[in-house]
Amino acid sequence: MSWRLWLPFLLFFGFAGLAAYQLSQPKDDTIKSTMVGKELPYFTLPPASLERPGVDSRYFYEGEPKLLNIWASWCLPCIAEAAQLEQLKDEGVEIVGVAIRDEPTDVMRFLTQHGNPYTRIGRDDLSEVQLAIGSSGVPETFVIDGKGVITYQHVGDIRHEHVPMLLEELRKAGR
Amino acid sequence: MRDLLALLAIVLAVPLAAQGSAPPAPYAYRQLDDPDQEAVARELMHTLRCIRCQSQSIADSDAPMAGDMRHQVRIRIAAGEEPEAVRRWLMARYGDYVSYEPVMSATTWPLFAIPPILALLAGLIVWRRLRRRA
Amino acid sequence: MIAELGLAALWLAAALAVLQLVGGALALRGGTESELAALTRPAAVLQGGLVALSFAMLLWVFAITDLSVKLVAMNSHSAKPLIFKLSGAWGNHEGSMLLWVTVMALAGALIAGIERRLPERTMQATLAAQGFVALGFYAFLLLSSNPFERLPQPAAEGLGLNPLLQDIGLAFHPPTLYIGYVGLSVAFSFAVGALITREVTPAFARAMRPWILGAWVFLTLGLVAGSYWAYYELGWGGYWFWDPVENAALMPWLAATALLHSAGVLASRDALRVWTIMLGVVAFSMSMLGTFLVRSGVLTSVHAFAVDPERGSFILLLLTLYIGGALLLFALRAGAISEGERFSVASREGALVVNNVMLSAILAVVLLGTLYPLLTEAFDVRVSVGPPYFNPVGAIFAFPMLAVMAVGPLLRWRRDSWGRISKELALVAAMLLAGIVLFAVLGEIALLPLLGLAFAVALAVASFLPLKGRRLKRVPIATWGMITAHFGIAVMLFGMASEGAFSQERLAALEEGGTTSVGPWAVRLEAVEPVAGPNWTALAGRLTVRHRDGDPQAIAPQSRNFWAPPQQTTESVLVTRWNGQLYAVMGGSSTDGRWQVRLWWKPFVTLIWYGGLLIALGGVLALVGRVRSDLKHRYISRRITERREERETA
Repeated sequence: MSWRLWLPFLLFFGFAGLAAYQLSQPKDDTIKSTMVGKELPYFTLPPASLERPGVDSRYFYEGEPKLLNIWASWCLPCIAEAAQLEQLKDEGVEIVGVAIRDEPTDVMRFLTQHGNPYTRIGRDDLSEVQLAIGSSGVPETFVIDGKGVITYQHVGDIRHEHVPMLLEELRKAGR
Repeated sequence: MRDLLALLAIVLAVPLAAQGSAPPAPYAYRQLDDPDQEAVARELMHTLRCIRCQSQSIADSDAPMAGDMRHQVRIRIAAGEEPEAVRRWLMARYGDYVSYEPVMSATTWPLFAIPPILALLAGLIVWRRLRRRA
Repeated sequence: MIAELGLAALWLAAALAVLQLVGGALALRGGTESELAALTRPAAVLQGGLVALSFAMLLWVFAITDLSVKLVAMNSHSAKPLIFKLSGAWGNHEGSMLLWVTVMALAGALIAGIERRLPERTMQATLAAQGFVALGFYAFLLLSSNPFERLPQPAAEGLGLNPLLQDIGLAFHPPTLYIGYVGLSVAFSFAVGALITREVTPAFARAMRPWILGAWVFLTLGLVAGSYWAYYELGWGGYWFWDPVENAALMPWLAATALLHSAGVLASRDALRVWTIMLGVVAFSMSMLGTFLVRSGVLTSVHAFAVDPERGSFILLLLTLYIGGALLLFALRAGAISEGERFSVASREGALVVNNVMLSAILAVVLLGTLYPLLTEAFDVRVSVGPPYFNPVGAIFAFPMLAVMAVGPLLRWRRDSWGRISKELALVAAMLLAGIVLFAVLGEIALLPLLGLAFAVALAVASFLPLKGRRLKRVPIATWGMITAHFGIAVMLFGMASEGAFSQERLAALEEGGTTSVGPWAVRLEAVEPVAGPNWTALAGRLTVRHRDGDPQAIAPQSRNFWAPPQQTTESVLVTRWNGQLYAVMGGSSTDGRWQVRLWWKPFVTLIWYGGLLIALGGVLALVGRVRSDLKHRYISRRITERREERETA
């Protein structure tokens, strides 16, 4: 009889330990894509601006590793990461943009104001590509190797300190 | 009930108007013409979690991304996909998180194992308790 | 000045809680004759007064929008209507914690003031426990969540209150729920007191029962109000989402319901002693656990109040101290409490044991499903547990419980035979079968709603069977309470099952003048017009709705834009008929100049909340009945003593 009386106490301490551990962990609310390590799903997107062509998933199957940047003109953090994208472009990285729920005029205005680091920009009005690659927000940046496989996902805007890390991920993907 | 939750919504909520200039996806707020298919889609949507809003099903949310997910669900159901196939498609992208209906796996088995144990335990307690006559 | 007065009152109250704890503890050691023991009761009463004063001061600074107080500046706005300024006082972390301790201190003052049935030693232990628990929450408020903190510079304008909360139903929902949550602290202190003195008797259960009943009534009302608020305010027609925040409110209710019934067994039959004590500890533990889950932010979906991990750690510390401490005490002491009287299967106690075990199993399932994501996140896997899990798994335990609930009240205490109530059993079983067949023929209904409808019908009839063969005037009020509450469960179940089985949805894009239909309703969008409110602007859709051949009715659901803080909400309109509700929501515009209109026809959905109100009313009746008979007993025993004294003096 007596050991059973300890059960509630033990269960509670299991919970308290778990809760204490979770409190000590930095809260990570991001939902990671489970497509990392898998092949990019097939898609084609029409151009989102007059200056750049649209995007076709086959484009990622040849050449160097590339960045796939999910962004939108209405998204504030996207303005914040514009400088870092520019920096990556200057390092010779090819960046392909996917504009989520956006109008060409807004896209044009954004690119004039904040610079255009993209070689291609696809227009994803229904978040189809976003859903297909498991992206849960804007902005997000995916590293795609030269064979069309997603190797890395960066959630949120790219800060200054993330640039070397992304370059490293691109280098790894290139091997 | 959701008051506490709603409170934080202030902190997190990007004003809805700022989430995109494009209109909602065609089937975000439109039902399928076939009522049977719509019923299937609706049941499925109630069990899928809105990725952006964190604690609502996509059937209960005004977030644009929930609308886009509803669109995906409806067109896939309309195209004749099985609801479980649609669920698997989303789970392949977002993991177990996207489904409110846990699917038995290495990580979720206790959710399915514990209730039967509880039922057995409940039966045992009642049986033992009552067998001892007054 | 006013804010400082509130703060000073809070510090004083904390000091009195220390006195209460020390006085109670000394009384236990040195016997109840000690001088400090005489201070515990006044300390508890005075403490209640001080905290009430402190809370009144908080209301005051919100009422006058004193922007030099940080909490007001963060959560209020001068342009808000007065009622929402006041409700803003508890619509935030610090204010709601002050409300929490206010309820706790008032409950403590109330037991100190009027509870006279407990043995004095147990009473002292109970008050000491109550003071101890209160002390932790005072410390939490004063050290890490001071609601009266001043800003170095008064703010020019407040930041406002979440528009979703600017709603009359919600203004009163948290206080109701809190009275319930924290009211359970009384049962907790009683249980701890009894564990300390090892006096678990029927008299103890009789003393505890009204407090459980009171807290339970408020919990019930809080849940009903919260669910109705979610239903009409969130704009998608759902009334229960199995969200962690909702589960946090449901779990104390489940525990309190079980406690209520086991305390009944203990009071009438001196059985289930250990079990009742356990539930007394668990019920309030669930309240505290809920507070932790809601405020610490450990569960993903509950981003709520405490973005500050320090607060989460503080509450966890309190949890460990109180829940851990009480369970430790339980483990050490419960073995010394004997199990009490025995009884047979076919008896009232037998049925109540089944009810208790099933309620506890449901509680365990809800707890498991709510905490499971927390467990997997420790391994970096994120899962979701939602309605498709809780509904069927909960039903496995709920339906057997409902079956027992139907027949249990017909059984006699201690020992009875199934044969004696065979007629009633047959009637209930027949109703159930007939219900299943009838509703199955009626239409294609999923299993759970089908069972729900059939059980609801059988249960509604069964709940009145205990009246059979009795003179209605002689039936005690408490029995009427039980009948009302059980009937309320049937009514609520019918509402939920009907909503699940028969609801119809219509999402339409209408141009002005366009028409659509949902269920038996024809709907026409007449026009869309802008409307201006005190702190919002809205687009209102003027709809004409018509039920079959009835008269057309004009309604105007709105899509509102608040500007302090900026947020969009939907103001749905409900058209209530005796047999259901039409739920209309105005959405946005689409590019082609048409408007999104969302409509639902939900047959008998209102029964969910009417049922809830009946359950609460049952609780009130039971409470009145218990208190009245207690007063009568007290009066009689006083008369007997007086007579005896008269005779002795004569």
